[in-house]
Amino acid sequence: MKRCVMVMLLGFSANILAEGMLQKECASCHNISAPVAQTLKEAFAKKGPDLSYAGNKYRQEWLASWLQKPERIRPAGMYYGDHIKPGAKSDEIDPATLRDHVALSKADATAIAAELMKLRPHDDLIAKEKIEPGTITKQMGEMNFDKFWGCMACHLIEPDFGGVSGPELYTAAKRLQPEFIASFIRNPQAWEPKTWMPNKEVSNGGIQKMVDYLQVLSKETANAK
Amino acid sequence: MPNKLLLVLLVLAFSIPAQAKETAADNYKAYCVQCHGMEGNGKGVNVRDMSVIPRDHTDAKAMSGRSDEMLFKVIKEGGTAISKSNLMPPWAGTLSDEEIKDLVQHLRILCKCKFGT
Repeated sequence: MKRCVMVMLLGFSANILAEGMLQKECASCHNISAPVAQTLKEAFAKKGPDLSYAGNKYRQEWLASWLQKPERIRPAGMYYGDHIKPGAKSDEIDPATLRDHVALSKADATAIAAELMKLRPHDDLIAKEKIEPGTITKQMGEMNFDKFWGCMACHLIEPDFGGVSGPELYTAAKRLQPEFIASFIRNPQAWEPKTWMPNKEVSNGGIQKMVDYLQVLSKETANAK
Repeated sequence: MPNKLLLVLLVLAFSIPAQAKETAADNYKAYCVQCHGMEGNGKGVNVRDMSVIPRDHTDAKAMSGRSDEMLFKVIKEGGTAISKSNLMPPWAGTLSDEEIKDLVQHLRILCKCKFGT
């Protein structure tokens, strides 16, 4: 009984500590509880992705793992305009302006990930998405992604191919919930009114194919490691 | 009665989120620079692997061949709407018609040109 109470207390205090860390450390770069950016001024000022809907967006196991060993997801930072400079052939990323994410201990990362998963203001949008288990050949998926929808303009599909103003997508299916991917492609502005991601009016079938392709891509990246 | 009406109007006014219009310069900075470049020369940070290079907005000759209506259409509906590359996405879900009109005028400043000149 005593042990049980002790475990409950430890769990409870870990929650309080994680909540405190979210509101203090994380909130210095991420929005946790305020409305998402409603103006470009607010969007330009963002230092990290909005976490106020983290529980609708991320996979908990990915969050816990990434926070211990963070790797850059947005090659040109949060607002790419702050991290580019004119280059010989085209504008280039200015690495000197980019800051790495702090790495957390396993205990902190696990507690923060659990705390973030509680932030779910858009269960309504997620509930609208019906993702069927499916797959697509890499070749077909790539054709849709690159040629048909033109997503490669802004996203990397492998470390050395694609655009850099958006987040890389070769680990997208590992880090994001499939329903979030679907909902964000369907209507990015429903999540972030000022996002650089355009609404390309992708059909239900097109969205399913994109989710399948990102899963193929993430599995391939995981196998390559 | 007029007081009640005033109250209803006030409640309505404050319950509809005002979507303020952004300046053309800010919209260009947010959405166009990634492909069309910091200097509007078509050499954005995303172009390295593109099969079609984005339009150079400072190219007066090419830009004067596009009417304002056509520029409005391509920004709103994307490249395929004027038989150009689908790498240029439609911005109808992001920008209001008024903001797109302002962007067309911003392009005219960048190219220092008008249609047909």
